[in-house]
Amino acid sequence: MSAPNGFTDGHLVLANGEVFEGEVFGALPESGVSAGEVVFNTAITGYQEIITDPSYAGQIITFTQPHIGNYGTVDLDNESVRPFARGVVMRQMARRHSNWRAEDSLLSSLQRWGIPAIGGIDTRRLTRILRDAGAMSGSFGTADPKILLQSAQSEKGTAGVDLVSQVTTQSAYEMGSGKYKVVAYDFGIKSTIVNCLAEIATVRVVPAHTSAEEVLQMKPDGVFLSNGPGDPEMVNTAVQSIKDLLEKGVPIFGICLGHQLLARAIGAKTYKLPFGHHGGNHPVKRLETGTVEITSQNHNFCVDEKSLAQLIDVTHINLNDETNEGMKVRGARAFSVQYHPEAGPGPHDSRYLFNQFANVMDGK
Amino acid sequence: MPRRNDIHSILIIGSGPIVIGQACEFDYSGTQACRVLKEEGYRVILANSNPATIMTDPDFADRTYIEPLTVEVLAKIIEREKPDAVLPTLGGQTGLNLAMALFEKGLVGVPGTPELIGANAEAISTAEDRDKFKQAMIEIGLSVPRSGVARNMEEAHEVLAEIGLPIIIRPAYILGGRGTGIANTQEEFLKLAANGLDASPIREILIETSIVGWKEYELEVMRDKADNCVIICSIENLDAMGVHTGDSITVAPAQTLSDVEYQKMRDAAFACIRRVGVETGGSNVQFAVNPVNGDQVVIEMNPRVSRSSALASKATGFPIAKIAAKLAVGYTLDEIPNDITKMTPASFEPTIDYVVTKIPRWAFEKLPGTSGVLGTQMQSVGEVMAIGRTFPESLQKALRSLEQGRAGLNADSSEVHMRSMSDEELLQKCAIPTPDRIFQVGEALRRRIDVEKVQAHCLYDHWYLDQMISIIDERLAWESLAAQGTKLSDISRAVWRRAKRLGFSDVQLAFLLGSSEREVRAARKEAGVITTFKTVDTCSAEFDAKTPYHYSTYEDENEVRPSSRPRVIILGSGPNRIGQGIEFDYCCVHASFALRDAGFETVMLNCNPETVSTDYDTSDRLYFEPLTYEDVQNVIEAETLASGGVEPKVIVSLGGQTPLKLASQIDARLIAGTSPNSIDLAEDRERWNALCEELFIPQPPGGTATTFNQARDIAARIGYPVLVRPSYVLGGRAMQIVHDEDHLQRAMKELAREGSLGREGGLSAERPILVDHFLEDATEVDVDAVRDITGEVLIGGVMEHVEEAGVHSGDSACAIPPQTLPDWVVEVIHSYAKALANALEVVGLLNVQFAVSGTTVYVIEANPRASRTVPFVAKATGVPLAKVATRVMLGATLNELRIEGLLTEPITGHVSVKEAVLPFSRFPEVDTALGPEMRSTGEVMGIDATFGLAFVKAESAAGTILPTTGLVFLSLADRDKPAGLVVAQRLRELGLGIAATSGTATYLSRFGVVVDRIVAKVSESTIGSDTAVGLIESGDVAFVVNTPRGAGSRSDGQAIRKAANVHHVSSVTTIEAALAAFQGLIEQKQHPLTVCSLQEFHHVGRQRASQVGST
Repeated sequence: MSAPNGFTDGHLVLANGEVFEGEVFGALPESGVSAGEVVFNTAITGYQEIITDPSYAGQIITFTQPHIGNYGTVDLDNESVRPFARGVVMRQMARRHSNWRAEDSLLSSLQRWGIPAIGGIDTRRLTRILRDAGAMSGSFGTADPKILLQSAQSEKGTAGVDLVSQVTTQSAYEMGSGKYKVVAYDFGIKSTIVNCLAEIATVRVVPAHTSAEEVLQMKPDGVFLSNGPGDPEMVNTAVQSIKDLLEKGVPIFGICLGHQLLARAIGAKTYKLPFGHHGGNHPVKRLETGTVEITSQNHNFCVDEKSLAQLIDVTHINLNDETNEGMKVRGARAFSVQYHPEAGPGPHDSRYLFNQFANVMDGK
Repeated sequence: MPRRNDIHSILIIGSGPIVIGQACEFDYSGTQACRVLKEEGYRVILANSNPATIMTDPDFADRTYIEPLTVEVLAKIIEREKPDAVLPTLGGQTGLNLAMALFEKGLVGVPGTPELIGANAEAISTAEDRDKFKQAMIEIGLSVPRSGVARNMEEAHEVLAEIGLPIIIRPAYILGGRGTGIANTQEEFLKLAANGLDASPIREILIETSIVGWKEYELEVMRDKADNCVIICSIENLDAMGVHTGDSITVAPAQTLSDVEYQKMRDAAFACIRRVGVETGGSNVQFAVNPVNGDQVVIEMNPRVSRSSALASKATGFPIAKIAAKLAVGYTLDEIPNDITKMTPASFEPTIDYVVTKIPRWAFEKLPGTSGVLGTQMQSVGEVMAIGRTFPESLQKALRSLEQGRAGLNADSSEVHMRSMSDEELLQKCAIPTPDRIFQVGEALRRRIDVEKVQAHCLYDHWYLDQMISIIDERLAWESLAAQGTKLSDISRAVWRRAKRLGFSDVQLAFLLGSSEREVRAARKEAGVITTFKTVDTCSAEFDAKTPYHYSTYEDENEVRPSSRPRVIILGSGPNRIGQGIEFDYCCVHASFALRDAGFETVMLNCNPETVSTDYDTSDRLYFEPLTYEDVQNVIEAETLASGGVEPKVIVSLGGQTPLKLASQIDARLIAGTSPNSIDLAEDRERWNALCEELFIPQPPGGTATTFNQARDIAARIGYPVLVRPSYVLGGRAMQIVHDEDHLQRAMKELAREGSLGREGGLSAERPILVDHFLEDATEVDVDAVRDITGEVLIGGVMEHVEEAGVHSGDSACAIPPQTLPDWVVEVIHSYAKALANALEVVGLLNVQFAVSGTTVYVIEANPRASRTVPFVAKATGVPLAKVATRVMLGATLNELRIEGLLTEPITGHVSVKEAVLPFSRFPEVDTALGPEMRSTGEVMGIDATFGLAFVKAESAAGTILPTTGLVFLSLADRDKPAGLVVAQRLRELGLGIAATSGTATYLSRFGVVVDRIVAKVSESTIGSDTAVGLIESGDVAFVVNTPRGAGSRSDGQAIRKAANVHHVSSVTTIEAALAAFQGLIEQKQHPLTVCSLQEFHHVGRQRASQVGST
C-alpha cells in the first residue's frame, strides 16, 4: 500500500555515510538529487522566514521542530525575494495548514520557490550528528543512496565559497522615508532588517561590491552592514570598503556577517564554531546593563575577541558558550552584533539596537 | 544579583488537600522550592495540611507544620517561628489567598512583619482583582474582552445592560474557575451571577463578553529581579474558549501560530507580567485569539506557579518552581545553571523537538447526577501527559495513558458503542464538550463526514483535525490490509513503522487485524520495528543533555545510555483520580529515594505531569510513558539492553491498582517483593476464603455471583443488608449496600451494564461480583504492615475509622492510635494481620481492612500493596513505611534496616486524625451523603494531644466550618438518636442553639433537651421557612448534622444536604463525626489552639520512645 500522503520515498545521506529514510516533496531537480551544507535550526516558529533568509544560501536547513507548514505562508513574511537554500529537512510536513493570515501552503510555496524538501526524517538523530561533527555536506532526493553519498561527498560546503555575490541585490534600491540617510550593504539582507531600518531612516540598499567612495558620494548619516551567508573570509572587497568608511568616521552598524566583516576590517580573526548558533532562544548578556536578551541566531563563524584586544569594547556575550556577540570599535562610531536583533523570526528583545544606531548617527 | 543574605528564614505556604483545580502539582512545586531553599542554606518553615505530600516529609523543611491552612493557624506559626519572609507563590490559589488575608490583617508584607517574596500584595491584587487587572491591561495597550465588574446583583444588571448577552461570568480570587459560567439567556445570567458572587471570597464578579469559539493559548513566563523575562513554554488548547483550560486537551508547543503572531503574544506576556508587578518567579498568561482575524485578547494571569507551569516544566525539562524559588531569594536567571545541559544558564527559552499532549481525567461516573458537560468551571480530577515526536503520536499515547480502557484514538473494542449513532447524532455530540468528545470526533472523521462540518461542530482547529485524519487514514489502510487477509508476517517494515510513528498501540493494530496484542508485538519486532527512546533536553539536541529524561517513539536512534549498576523500575500510579491519588505518588517517590540511597539505579515510569515522581530529579532515569503492558515492556527491554542484558527489577505494588493490574502480564521473575501469585491469592475470592478458613479468621459471610439469580441466592443465605461490589476495583467503584431484593436487581443491572466498569481498565467486567453480608454498626479498622523475606512482620499503623463500616475507608476519617478499641482487640488485629501477611507470603506492604462488631474481629479484605494510608501512617508514627517496604522488597530484612537506622521505633504521645476532602461544592447536584463508593479527592491531617483537638483541626483543615455561635440543625436517623442526644447535650454545653425536625425534637425533649426551633420535614410541609430546607436557605443555620442511613427518608435527607451544600453551610452526615466534632470543640474551649511542627512531635516522641526502651 502506498503512503497515504502521496509523497515519494527518498533518502538523505551525509558526507560521513549516515543514511536517513524519508519522503521527498517540493521542487526536486530532475536528477533526483539536491546537495548542500546541512545545518539545523531549533526555532519553534518561523519556518517561512528561515527558509527565505538569504543567509542560508548553499545550505540544507533542518528544522528540529517536527511539524512544519502548520500555518501556511504569507508573502509579507518572506525575508527575501526568493529563498537561496538548497533544501529543507523536517520530520513532518503539514498536509493541511490553518491560520487566518495564510495565503498559500508551504508545500505549494516550496514548489513555487523551486526548493526541494524531505520529510519523515529522524531530525533529532541528524541534529545530534551535526551538533557533534559541525555542519556537514549532505544530499537528499529520490536517487539511490549510493548516488546521494557521492553527491554529498563532492559537495564543497560553504567554507571558502563566495556566496554573497549570489545573493546580493543587482542594483541599489530605496526604502523608507525617515530623517536619517542610511546606506545598507546587502550581503544577503533580510527584509525585516530593511523594515527596521526604514522605521528610522531613508534606506538605500546597495550591492555588496559597492565601494566606499560610491557610498560616501551618497552622503549617508550612517552605513549598515547586513547579514549574509557563508565564510566572512570570502567577502574581501567589502572589508576594504569598511576600512575606508571607518577612516572617514562614518557611523556604522553591523549585524551577523556584517559584524564579522566589521571585525575583520579592524584586523580581527574569525573562526568556525564547533557547532554554530542556529535558533531563536540564545541568551545574550548586554554588558552595559547586565540584562539578558533572548536572541535569534544563525551563524557558524565567530569573531575572535582576543585578536582585537585593545581595539574594541565587547558589548554583548553569548551566555551559552561565552562567545562574542557584540562590540563597539574604539575611536570610531561603529558597533555591531553577531545575532539578529531584528528577529524575523525570533524575539523582539534587542530591537533597541536600531534606536541606538539612530543615536550614534545623531552623534550621541 | 546573588543570593539575599538579609533574610534567613522563609515560610512556604502549601496548597493543602487535593481538590479539583488544585492537585499534586503544588506538591511538585513546593517540594522543589523547599529543596532549593534548604540547599541555599535558608531555614525553611512549611505549612501544609496534606499528609500525603512529599513536601511535608520532615526531611524537606526545618519545621513542617501539618496544621490547618487558616489565617489563625498561620498567624500562630508566624508568631512562633518569626520568619523573615513568606513565599506565597508556590502553594496555588490557597497559598496566594492566605497571603493576601495575612497581609490584610497586617501580619505580613508590612514593616515589622515578614516580607512577601516572589509577588507582593500589590502584584497579587492587580492580577487577582478582575477589574484592576483589566484596567492595568488597557493601560499598557493590551486588548481585553469587553467587561464590567459587579459586587451585587444590581451592579450585575447594569453591566449586562452595557455589554449584552452572551456573557461569561468570572468570580474574583477563585480556584479552577469555580463559579464561572457562560450565560446565553436572562435566566442563566441571573443564576450564574448569583452563584458567581457566592463563589468569590470577596463577592466580586467580572462580567465579560463571551468569546466562546476563539482559540485559547497560554504562555508560561518567568521574570527575575533584573527584569529579565523569558517564556518557558507556549500551550495551545485543542478545545476552543468555553472549556476551562484545566478541562481542555492542550498541546505544547503551540502549533498553529506563525512567528509574527507568537512574538506579538510573547511581547504582550512580558508587558503583562511587568505591569502586574510580579517581581520574580513564574506566571501564566492566558490569551484568546479570534481564528477569523487574529484579534488577540488577554484573558487572565496567574501571578504564581500553576498547574500549567507544572505541565510546562514536565513538557520542556525546565523546572519552573525550582527556578522561581531561586529567583525569589535574589538570583537572576543568568546566575542559575540549566540542570539538563549543565553547561548553559537558565536564562533562555526552552525549545523542544517533540509534541506534548495533556488530557484531563474526570470522575463523573462517581458523581451521579452530574451532567458530564464541560464548561468554564474546572471539573477534572487529574490529567495525563504524553510525549511523541508528532501530534498524532502524542495524542494517541495520551489517550491510552488515561487508563479508561482506551488504546488510543478509537480503533479499539470501546469504539463499538459509537457505531449505532446516526451521523447527525454524532455531529450533535461533537458540538458538546464532554470527556468523550475527542473519540466522537475521531468516529465522525472515520465515517468521512465532511471535515468542514465536523469543524463547525467541535471547533477544533483544522490543523489538528487534519492530524487526526492522518490517524484515521492509517487505520483505514490497516482495515483494508485485514480485509485482504494479509498475514502478520507479510506486513512490511515500512507499514509497521508508519503506523507506530502515528502512535498506534499494538492493541489497536491487533484490533484492526483481528489478532492479539502479543502476536502483533512479536510480528512487529520480527519486522524490525523496535521502540526508540529520545531525550527531553530543553534545547532540541543543540547541546548534550546530562539528564536522562526519556520518551518513546519510533525513530532511528535510541538515546538510552548504558550503565552497569543494578536497576529497579518503579511503575507509577498514572493520572490522579478519585481513589488513586497523590498517596501513591508519595510511595513511588519514597521508593526511588530509598533505593537510590541504597545504591540502586532507579528508573521511574509514569504519565502524570502533576507529580513529584515525574520530576527528572527524583530518579536516576525518568520515562514519561503510558502505564500499559506495551509501554512498560518497552522500557523493560530498553533497560535490559542498556545494561548489557541484565534484566531490571520492577516494582508494581506502590502505585495503586494501575501497576498492580500489569503485574500478571510482566515476567514474574522481574517483580520485586510479593509475587503475582500472592497478589492473585488475595484477589481471588475462592482462594481467599479458603485461606481465611484455614487461619480461623472470621469473614462476613458472602459469595461470588455472575448472575442476578446467583446473587439473590447468596443474599437469601446470608441475609440483608448485603454489600455488592465488583472484584479488582479501586476506590469502591460501583460498590453498593443493598437492603432488599429489588435493590439487588437494580445493583446487578448497573454492574453488568456495558462500559460502567470496563472504563476502569476492562478487567473488572470479566470478573465476578462479590456479595457479602454487610455488618451494620461495625467499627472499621485499617492496618498497614510490612513483612520481610524472613517472615518478620512490622505493624506500621492501626487506624480506627470514625465513620462506621459502610462508608468507604477513603472517605472516612480515621485516627492513630485507635480511640475506642480495647487493647485486646488491637492485639487480635495485630495477630490476624501477621498471620495473613505470612500466609500470603508478602514481601513488602500489606493493607488489611477489618470490621469489629461486638467482640468479633472480621477481616474484610487484604491487599498486598501500598495503601492510601501509607503516607498518613508515616507522618503519624515517624516511621518511613514506604522506604522500609521498598528496601524489604529488594531483599533487605527489617532487622538490617533497624541496624542501618532507616527503621526506627514509632513515636507516640499524640493523636493523628486523617479526614477526607470531598468535591461536593463543585457539584451541587450530587448527594453529599457518604457511602461505600469513594468520592473524596484528597485528605488532610490534624495532630494534637487528644483525639478531640486533633479531630477539630482535621475538620478545620478540610474546610468544615465548625460553629461557635448560632443554630445547629439536627436531622437524625432513628438508630442515631441516642448518640444524637449526646450531640445535643454537647451543643448546649457549647452554648449553641438547636434546630431539629419534629421527630428528632420530640425524641430530644423526652430527655430534657430543649429544641429552639422545630421545622417540618420537606415532605410534610410546603411552606417556605417552616421546612428544613427553608431554614437552611434562610441563612439562620450555622451547621447541619444529617444522618441518612437506614431505610426511608432518603429523599428528605438529600434535600437537606443539597440545601446545605448549595448555601455553603458546613455539614456532617454521620453521627460519629458529629460526636467527635463537638467533643473536640468542648476540649478546644479549655485548650486554646496550639501549633506544633512534625519535627517537634517526632523529637519528643523519640525521646519518649527511648525512655520507654531504657526503662
